[in-house]
Amino acid sequence: MSTAPGAELQGTILFEGRPLFDDIELALVPGGWTCLLGPSGVGKSSILRVFAGLDTGGSFRGRVTAADGLPVAGRVAFMAQTDLLAPWASVRRNVTLGARLRGERPDAKRAERLIARVGLAQAAEKRPAELSGGMRQRAALARTLMEDRPFVLLDEPFSALDAATRAGMQELAHELLAGRTKLLITHDPAEAARLGDRIHLLSHGGLSAPVTLPSPPIRAPDAPEVLEAQARLLSEMRSAA
Amino acid sequence: MSGVDAAPEARPVGPTDGAAARARGALAGVVVVAGLVALWQAVVWLTDVPPFILPAPGRVAATLWTSAPLLAEHALVTATEVALGLVIGVALGVGTALLLMVSSLARRVFQPVMVFSQAVPVFALAPLLTLWFGFGLLPKVLMATLIIYFPVASNFYDGLRRTDRGLLDLARTMGGSQARVLFHLRVPSALPALGSGLRLAAVYAPIGAVISEWVGASSGLGYLMIYANARTKIDLMFAALMVLALMTVALHQAVSWLARKLAGWAPESTGGA
Repeated sequence: MSTAPGAELQGTILFEGRPLFDDIELALVPGGWTCLLGPSGVGKSSILRVFAGLDTGGSFRGRVTAADGLPVAGRVAFMAQTDLLAPWASVRRNVTLGARLRGERPDAKRAERLIARVGLAQAAEKRPAELSGGMRQRAALARTLMEDRPFVLLDEPFSALDAATRAGMQELAHELLAGRTKLLITHDPAEAARLGDRIHLLSHGGLSAPVTLPSPPIRAPDAPEVLEAQARLLSEMRSAA
Repeated sequence: MSGVDAAPEARPVGPTDGAAARARGALAGVVVVAGLVALWQAVVWLTDVPPFILPAPGRVAATLWTSAPLLAEHALVTATEVALGLVIGVALGVGTALLLMVSSLARRVFQPVMVFSQAVPVFALAPLLTLWFGFGLLPKVLMATLIIYFPVASNFYDGLRRTDRGLLDLARTMGGSQARVLFHLRVPSALPALGSGLRLAAVYAPIGAVISEWVGASSGLGYLMIYANARTKIDLMFAALMVLALMTVALHQAVSWLARKLAGWAPESTGGA
């Protein structure tokens, strides 16, 4: 697809009247990967939920704008740490869930193609319980692609996978989500260093200046720049905690 | 009993595992029933209790055989009451749960009524129902309906409300309408809970019908038991009780099968009903 527009969030989230962090300005790289890195409980997921137009449990004070002037909410696809697959439905029916929820006729051919692209052609009729964790996240990725939205919000989608599966999923997601504007929430500096066009640390003090790497993603896990960035991000996370 | 209890309990199992566990459960059931009958016979022999207090199993079996047409006639009446009560009670319970889910007004109006309906012992209404609706089918069906309405409504409503929040968030980002989210996500994810409600209903409905027959009826197994008791035909009373128990077990099995069909995807544990 052609490159999706960027988007920007300005403001903070209030819980019981108290701001979760200082006012932030978070700009998403158009068509690229913006990574939000930070410890658990700091409000990373809440930021993602504000972009998605979902309830955060608190109140958001600020604004979200897309570079093309249209609203962001309503144009996002969402991947979470759990696969969010309906346990009663086959992979195929999960991938086409969005169309059925909107009362549209699902595009069966497109669904087949996307299921094949994530390598699940043989498992299209299987239910989630019959799949491994990695296969389930691939099904979730196919569902995300099926939605065909310019903005893709990923809330630690690979964190429950084993290291080898996770590395494979990062590469697959990078390939298949090319051109879309991605916000990746992660607590893994290595993941951010592999995938991020721009990496921000979030702490209660607010958002850090963006960290960028010389080469574009996706980067080899053992590339010196990745290892160096990973180490730097980890020590910054530890000093911010 | 150790042989009976050897099956693993309350452990999530796959579908094939479940079938094997059910077969083991059925076998265990047969062993338990045989044990109870043996105990019954032993009590009769050892205590020399007169047959009008406790007839021997053989005597009850003989009555089951000789009075089969009579028992069948009354069993059909009770079965009709139970079936009608089940259908109406389940329909009302499911309808109420859906209404509570979609309408906050319904929640405000119905929830106190539902709690109140549980605070009143439903059995206590049996004489009133008989007074108002006579000795025929209607008060029995109403009692069976009343008694299963709450477990069905509350189990299903609970299931609807417990739909995975993440899945609902996902549906929101997909632009799903409330009605379609209800139909495509909440209802399927509530089917295991509905299954639990139906299993309870299958056991409660015969209780409701029989209680109602005790209060005032001219037919049905409950009526037959009261009739036999008054004439010290205790063997016939036992025979009616056996038929009632068999009917309830068969109904429970049928409903359990249906519940598994409805929600075959949900992990099943062998420990439960």
